[in-house]
Amino acid sequence: MPKNINKAYKSPFQLAKERFLKNKLAIASIFFLLFIIGAAIFAPFLTDHDPKKGDLLLIEHAPSEEHILGTDGSGRDNFSRLLYGARISLTVGFSAMIFTLIIGVVTGAIAGYYGGIIDNLLMRLTDLVLALPFLVLALTIIALLEKVTIGIFVTIIAITSWPTLTRIVRGSFLSLREQEFVLGARAIGATDRRIIFKHVIPNAIGPIIVNATLMMATMIIAESALSFIGMGIPQPNPTWGNMLSEAQNIRILRNHPEAWIPPGLGILLTVLAINFIGDGLRDAFDPKSNP
Amino acid sequence: MRNPAIAHQEKLVEVQQLKKYFPVKGGILRRQIGHVKAVDDVSFHIYKGETLGIVGESGSGKSTLGRVMLRLLEPTEGNVIFEGQNISTLTQRELRPVRRSMQIVFQDPFASLNSKMSVGELIEEPLIVQTNLSKRKRKEQAAALLEKVGLQADDRHKYPHEFSGGQRQRISIARALVLNPAFVICDEPVSALDVSIQAQVLNLMKDLQDDYRLTYLFISHDLSVVKHISDRVAVMYLGKIAEIAPKHALYTNPHHPYTKKLLSSIPTIHTNSDKNTVPKQPVMHQDIPNPANPPSGCVFRTRCPLAHDRCSIEQPTYTEIGPDHYVACHLYDKGGDTSHTS
Repeated sequence: MPKNINKAYKSPFQLAKERFLKNKLAIASIFFLLFIIGAAIFAPFLTDHDPKKGDLLLIEHAPSEEHILGTDGSGRDNFSRLLYGARISLTVGFSAMIFTLIIGVVTGAIAGYYGGIIDNLLMRLTDLVLALPFLVLALTIIALLEKVTIGIFVTIIAITSWPTLTRIVRGSFLSLREQEFVLGARAIGATDRRIIFKHVIPNAIGPIIVNATLMMATMIIAESALSFIGMGIPQPNPTWGNMLSEAQNIRILRNHPEAWIPPGLGILLTVLAINFIGDGLRDAFDPKSNP
Repeated sequence: MRNPAIAHQEKLVEVQQLKKYFPVKGGILRRQIGHVKAVDDVSFHIYKGETLGIVGESGSGKSTLGRVMLRLLEPTEGNVIFEGQNISTLTQRELRPVRRSMQIVFQDPFASLNSKMSVGELIEEPLIVQTNLSKRKRKEQAAALLEKVGLQADDRHKYPHEFSGGQRQRISIARALVLNPAFVICDEPVSALDVSIQAQVLNLMKDLQDDYRLTYLFISHDLSVVKHISDRVAVMYLGKIAEIAPKHALYTNPHHPYTKKLLSSIPTIHTNSDKNTVPKQPVMHQDIPNPANPPSGCVFRTRCPLAHDRCSIEQPTYTEIGPDHYVACHLYDKGGDTSHTS
């Protein structure tokens, strides 16, 4: 490697990285998200209270030195529930995003690259899934199951949200497949696998990453929404959504804002941060979108 | 100028009755309602070491012809014999080792290079796919070839966006030549470049042809470019070859009315200085007919000033009117009405 390599020659990915690093809002959002992730990971060091164990003598207590955000209706410490709740909200959002990403990229790539009957079948399947309202489908599946675990929950979100990504990936594959550089790769005798991984995916990765990021925000909201109406991760597991469901009680809503404002803000700011990062990535990958 | 005796040497490529029809789908059920005859019953051969130019308007099927010859598109019918082997019947897998000897340079230097790969990766890729050379060997070859096409060995760390159109086309050429092919299809390689750069790239291609003993199929809509680089020229019209002849015969003594029209449409600055120019004829006004619904008989008859009754009924076959000079026109075949011959 020559010494001057980092001086002059920049790959399109390096250029995108530089553009992203110039986006102050996105960088601030990254730091905020890292802070939330850190709080979730190091929750056991930040609080001594068990988020699942209530003390029936300490129901709905106001903030004190021992319980800085007070306690909930079952006498559990709100602060520790907030920290451990971040774990579940972020885990659900992140794993559902990865799961969706895998299904979406594989199906989209197959449909877009090979076309024909497979493409037709996959597209009708996406139409079918897109036609089902998420909430109704999720509620039905949850109602049929006896116990809802995080794994089941993530699967439900993933199997209802992959079609959007499949269509995006298929679209980029369809247009990239006809590009001259893909024809050129075929002309030198490259295999389908090499063409897909070396030529098509690197050129389609921008919209895929951006959409996956924005999707993660939607998934965190979906988890919170279902938990809020009591159909999500069941108690006593803490999530931001089921902490908020406490606020369905008018007495807590009025008298104990410290119980529901922090998880509400947690959802709001986390989702906002992820969206800012997604926007930042979009601008970085496609400089034309934001002059 | 290459030796004219070359014309009697062995054939490297032979195209036999090649056809490529694209289906046209319509209606709610997306049923096939017809087809576009992009390449329709084309036969010709290319001698080892020569350059065969293919000229034609947009939509005449010349790019499709190149792609079908390399099996980047599957032919509807017909054979392509390359180095004595019929490559039309091979599977794509069997074809892979053959691709080593036949390469293509595309028209648009901005679309034909993967912008996410560095120049080094781009030029080494054919070696990775086709050979077992070590990384160091590959780098050496890529660097040597970069210098050969007029770039610097150090440019291999750069990315395509850092180059101009002409430089990118040089990269494409390096990529096509790194496997040391016998045959290169040049699909309008200079059409997207500035005129000043065109000559540089064309001369580079000529030099490389001599150095590497290449055979070119040179596709272009630009008659002057084709004249500059070709040994023989084929004129394509609506998926068919109208006339094919050695360069000098075609440019000084064109026979097909379409060739005459094309040659007279070359803009010149000094109208009377070039004795070889064909007398001026009025430029064609009509557009090329829809290839999904071509005229009956001779496909050129709708725009031909000399069309007569027979042209709408019967498709013309090739008549040899000189050494290696064939024309598909009823004016020249023996059974035809020759009273209109100009």
